[in-house]
Amino acid sequence: MSELAFFIDYSRCIGCRACVQACEECDTHRGRSLIHLEPIGGGDSVQTAPQVCMHCKDPICARVCPADAIKQTPDGVTQSALKPRCIGCSNCVLACPFGVPKYDGEADQMMKCDYCYDRTSSGKRPMCATVCPSQALAFTTLEEIERTRRGVAINRWVFGGETVETKVFVVVPKHAREVRPDLVQIGRRESFDVAEMLEGV
Amino acid sequence: MSDAPRWKQDFPILWDEDHYVTRRELAKFLTLGSGTIVAATVGVAAIGDRLRPQGKMEPMRIEGADTLERGGSLLFRYPTGADPCILLRLADGRLAAYSQVCTHLSCAVVHEPAADELYCPCHEGHFDCADGRPTAGPPTRRLPRVLLAETARGVFALGVEV
Repeated sequence: MSELAFFIDYSRCIGCRACVQACEECDTHRGRSLIHLEPIGGGDSVQTAPQVCMHCKDPICARVCPADAIKQTPDGVTQSALKPRCIGCSNCVLACPFGVPKYDGEADQMMKCDYCYDRTSSGKRPMCATVCPSQALAFTTLEEIERTRRGVAINRWVFGGETVETKVFVVVPKHAREVRPDLVQIGRRESFDVAEMLEGV
Repeated sequence: MSDAPRWKQDFPILWDEDHYVTRRELAKFLTLGSGTIVAATVGVAAIGDRLRPQGKMEPMRIEGADTLERGGSLLFRYPTGADPCILLRLADGRLAAYSQVCTHLSCAVVHEPAADELYCPCHEGHFDCADGRPTAGPPTRRLPRVLLAETARGVFALGVEV
């Protein structure tokens, strides 16, 4: 049995916003949700996609931070900005290929998903994964995903010339080896179905 | 980490290395800080030792001491002109002499015959006339005592007992 890992299965998302609510209830950032539920295709579709921090193995947000505020734990979790250090410059906001870090003007600092580190470091599941009714967000083992899903879980992303490996997996159609977001076209098609879009991956 | 340039080593992305840098900085600060304090203490002690007058103090006759009334006092300077002292004739007829420099913050103490004590007006310090010990106020150490000898030729100061 392999270790517990985080899996996102975009095609399963039903847009119920339970993950957003659950994230808001976390004591470490109460009232502010750090998960983004992105509508796909604007008003033309009801499809949504949850976006947690992917926890890149080489975190570009931390690399570009001029204030030394973003740290990666030994188990590969990239933490939110350290409050006494973050200067709110938004370098990380611009650098992240997944659009995860957001600048909070009220607190004058960046806040992002930290894998519910208080929970996951003690063996509990992240808040969003505990409440997701369709298990589009799942915190489980790779074997369990292979047993229950039709797709395959991968964690390699190719952004142009840049390859990014992440701690968080996404479930994509079986033949895919990596995700190439530049091949996913948005706005040109009649229908917006994430699963169908990912077929072309 | 060791292959990275120096500036990168100081700003590591990994949480553990960040803690390591912080700890290393603190350890460095504590070591160098303690070392500086030790060196400074030794230096101050060495300078103080060099400045202290060497050898025995010369006996000095205190003018006018033999005619001092009981309960009266007299100022003199011993062992050098920069060391003010005070001579007292106590109520029982004994003579006592102390440095006039208060052991709190070096103001000059004065004799208060009515209260039979030495009084420092700066911070309300009180000293016992009989032995120079502080009785009230901020001073905690007794006044340096001047050793005296009464002879037929007058009263002599022989030395200072700190």
